[in-house]
This record gives sequence, C-alpha cells and structure tokens, in this order.
Amino acid sequence: MLPQVLFQNRKPRRIATMEEYCGSGGYRVLEDIARGKYSPADICRIVGEAGLRGRGGAGFPAATKWMSVPVDGAYPRYLAANADEMEPGTFKDRMLIHVDPHTLIEGMIIAGYAISASKAFFFIRPSYDSSAMILERELERARQAGYLGDNILGSDYSFDIILHRSGGRYICGEATALLNALMGKRPNPMKPPPYPTVKGLWNRPTVVNNVETLANLPHILRNGPEWYKGLARTKTGAGTKLFCISGKVNRPGCVELPIGTPLREIIEEHAGGMRAGSEFKACLPGGASTRYLTKDLLDVEMDFDSLSAVGHRLGTAAITVFDQKTCLVGVTLNLLQFFARESCGWCTPCREGLPYIRDLLWRIENGEGREEYIPMLRQMSRDVWNAYCALAPGAASPVESLLTFFEDEVREHIRLKKCPFSRPR
Amino acid sequence: MIPEALKRELLERTARAEHPREMAVDVMYALQGYYGYMSDEAMEEAAEIVGMTPLELEELATFYDFIYRRPVGRYVIRVCDSAVCWMEGYQSVVDHLTSRLGIGLGDTTADGLFSLIPVCCIGYCDRAPAMLINRKVYGELTPEKIDRILQKLATGKPAAGEE
Repeated sequence: MLPQVLFQNRKPRRIATMEEYCGSGGYRVLEDIARGKYSPADICRIVGEAGLRGRGGAGFPAATKWMSVPVDGAYPRYLAANADEMEPGTFKDRMLIHVDPHTLIEGMIIAGYAISASKAFFFIRPSYDSSAMILERELERARQAGYLGDNILGSDYSFDIILHRSGGRYICGEATALLNALMGKRPNPMKPPPYPTVKGLWNRPTVVNNVETLANLPHILRNGPEWYKGLARTKTGAGTKLFCISGKVNRPGCVELPIGTPLREIIEEHAGGMRAGSEFKACLPGGASTRYLTKDLLDVEMDFDSLSAVGHRLGTAAITVFDQKTCLVGVTLNLLQFFARESCGWCTPCREGLPYIRDLLWRIENGEGREEYIPMLRQMSRDVWNAYCALAPGAASPVESLLTFFEDEVREHIRLKKCPFSRPR
Repeated sequence: MIPEALKRELLERTARAEHPREMAVDVMYALQGYYGYMSDEAMEEAAEIVGMTPLELEELATFYDFIYRRPVGRYVIRVCDSAVCWMEGYQSVVDHLTSRLGIGLGDTTADGLFSLIPVCCIGYCDRAPAMLINRKVYGELTPEKIDRILQKLATGKPAAGEE
C-alpha cells in the first residue's frame, strides 16, 4: 500500500468533514501547541529536521524561510497561503482543498504559530471559486470549534485566516507580486532584498507558503521528522508529493506518491499508462515553466535533487505527457501564447521578449519559418533571463529545451514550409 | 447605486481589513455581482468604499482578467485554451460554441445571455477540454454536453433526459 498522508481522508466524490479530519488525528498538534508542548522555535526545528521543501515550485526549505523572519522583527506578522495555482497542468491545490480542507487549515495555524503571526491571508485564484466557498465554510466551522480566533483552545495564542480571491492573473502566484495583490496594489513583482520575511505586507514580516507545503505540517509534527524522511524514495528527499498527470495517458488525475517515485512508474502504474496508439515522446515534468524531458530520462526519480542533477526541475510536479503525434512546436507556441498574455508588463525583457518569441514560433508552425529564426530563438530565450522575476526564465524553458532536444522537428517545419503533424481537434 | 445593505456590509468588511485597499478586488467583485460589470459609476462607488481614487482602482480593474469594464452576458463562458485543453480538443469546443451561439470569441449574444472568451489554464487539466461558466467548471466537453449545458442555461430548465 502506498502511504497516503495528505490524501488519507480522500473520499469518492465528497469532501472530508472536520469530524473525519479530527478522527484521523487532526487538530491534535494544535491541542499540543495550546497546552504549551511546542515553542515556535521547536516547530521550526522539527520541520527543518524533516527536510520539508516548498511545494509551490522553487523547493526552498520551509523552515529556513520561516527562520529568516528576524528575531526582533516587527509585529504584527503575517502568513500568506498561496493557492493562486495558475501553472498550466497543475491542479493539486484544488484537489487538496476538495479532499481534506482541515489539514490545510491546521497547517496554516501551525505555520502562523511558528513565525508568531496573528493573521493569515488565504489567496486563491477566481476560477477555483468552488474551492474558495468550501474553504470559507470550513474556516467558519474551525472558528466555531475554537481552532481559530482569539485565545485558541484557551491558550494565549490568537490567530485568524482571511480569504481573498485574486482578480486573476498568472503573476499573482509569484510571492512578491502576491503581496502587492493582497495590499490592493498592481501586482508587480518586487526584487529582494528586503525579503518578504523582513518587510512584506505593510512592511511587516510575512511568510508566503504554498498550500501543499502547509498541509504537510500537521503530519510532520504528529509523526516526527524521521517518519517524514522515511516516506521518500530518495536519500535526500522527504515526504510524499502530489503529482498531477495530464495529457496522453489513460487516467489523468492527481495522485499522492512518495517523493522520488520514478517517472516511468508514475505514468505506467498511477496514470494507467499511455493511451492506445500513443507512445511517449516527451513530457513537461513540473508544469509549463520546466524543460521538456525526453524518453531517455523516463527512469528519473521525481524529486528536487534527482531532477536538477539531470538538468531538469521538479517545479509543481505537474506532469503533462505528449505523444509521437503531438507537434511540440505547436505545444510550445501554445505555452508562449500563455506566457506572453500573462506577462504582467512590468519589465521589458518579459513584456517585449515573450511576444517576440511567440511570433517566431507562430511563423515556424504556420509555414513561414526561416533557418535564421533558430539562432534568434536561442538568443531570445537567453535574453529573457534579464527579466525582473523568475517567471520569464520559466517561460523560456520549453523554448530552450525544444531547440535542444527537438531541433530536427523545428527544422522539419521550416524545410516543409508547414507543420508535419495534424492539428489537434 | 448599490443597495444600502450591501454598501454597509462592504464598509464593515473594509473597516475590519488591515488597510482599506486590501478589499479593492473583493469590493469590485461585489459590485460586479450587482451590476453585471464594472461601469464608470460602479468604479466610482467602489473607489469611495475602499478609499482610493477611481484612477487608482482603474489600475487594478484593467489589469485583472475577472473584472469586466465592459458589459458582458449573464453567462460568461470562458474556454480554456492552454496546453492540455488545446491538445484535447479546444478548437472543436470553440467551433461548436461559436456556431451554436452565432458569435465570435470576445462577443456577446444579442439577447445579452452569453459572452464567449478564451481563458488561460483553469486547473482542470484532468478533465480537459474544460470551460468555466460564471463560477462553475464543466469538463470532458463534447458537442452533446455543450448543447445540454447551453439549453439548461438559456431556458433555466435541464434538457430532456437530464437531471
């Protein structure tokens, strides 16, 4: 049996109730906190020992981020839960909320306690309105039960969670832009330093964590760091991971697996294998901002370090699978259409560079390509690294890897003066 | 003008916020829910509630995808056009919708019932191709399924044979 941690209360077609979450050991950690079992420093130490890395895409160690809040930092302090999940191919945060919302709520309270925050903001994209409504209802239940609000469970710790819906733009998922969005400003990214943990919302220390990261906390505290590390299939990894599988497989969906599960096993055993008539050509292993990963790496262990050792990124662990009948120039053009449209426009390399790349790809895909576009695309993919935030280099990843691994396919388009594949209908 | 009760509720929520601007998008959503879109009048009312100038609020209204500064239909159909849906039949979904509704992308039907716009990945890649109508998501779309959805919305009644 596969260990199910975040999805242990998963029910067919319904949401786990607060009572069911409590029945599985939920809110026990919060009770321990209220009884004084853990200091904020204890929580940071235990989560640090467990090796929990951020699940939003960057993989930064969670406890290290928390501990970068200065000891003498100002109050009030804030926590922001990032559920502005807009990376194409990714839907794990939505699944998490629809499976067991209270593991996330308890996780937020624990993180808030670890950084001595008094308030948290739950920031969610507008297309997840059903998830937002579930959370609003369950937050109220948690409040009624005394898990949120003033003097939680009779302790002297007070903490509440406020939900805000995003107005809807990809940039809002970038941590510093998210803070601007929450403050009602145009969500431009901001270049640290100062880091949000020093000067975040209204210049107060603020920690931004992905919701999957937060949902892990109750389980780490309940079962200990050794248990958590033992869940992983890699030596350096820790915990389980929510993998979203989409594209040309038989059973697209979101599964919780030990981090480090080999890619081949995920596709063949947990996504029902490739569809009849489809052969694996490539996949995006961690969302639209990662590089195409080819057949020769199918046995790679899906973990942060093992992927970076072979030049790839785990990203959001959203695996989109392409088959031999799919035109990767067409896919890349689609991805760049997304990135160009979603560019916030704040800095020139991204605002001007991405549409330029998109237009060159459009010409190649539509039979107007020229050989000289290939070095131009390579140059542009490097140039967007001068952008202000990390989203533009992310956008360049599929372009750069298309030219690295599928240059022949690009040249074929140029030589034939048309796309050699049939368009998806 | 929005109803007094709604205004009072929004002012109360704004007073509880860390800073009035924190409520800027929430207040726009509330007014948009009432008016259908953010008219100039709605922008002025919203700006007053959150203590911003209409121009400051405009900077947000025109930035965000889910705030409408022009009238839209009662049902806003947003078809996902990102990579997975694109591979799984986005084009047939759009072709079917445009022919059924008799409008192009970005347009609204003459009866003011439906608007049709493309949207970037809505996070339902496991149920591609997918679309969002107002707050509700519909996945695994086929022409028949789209017809049933449209009929239900247009008449307020489900099609024959459907619950």
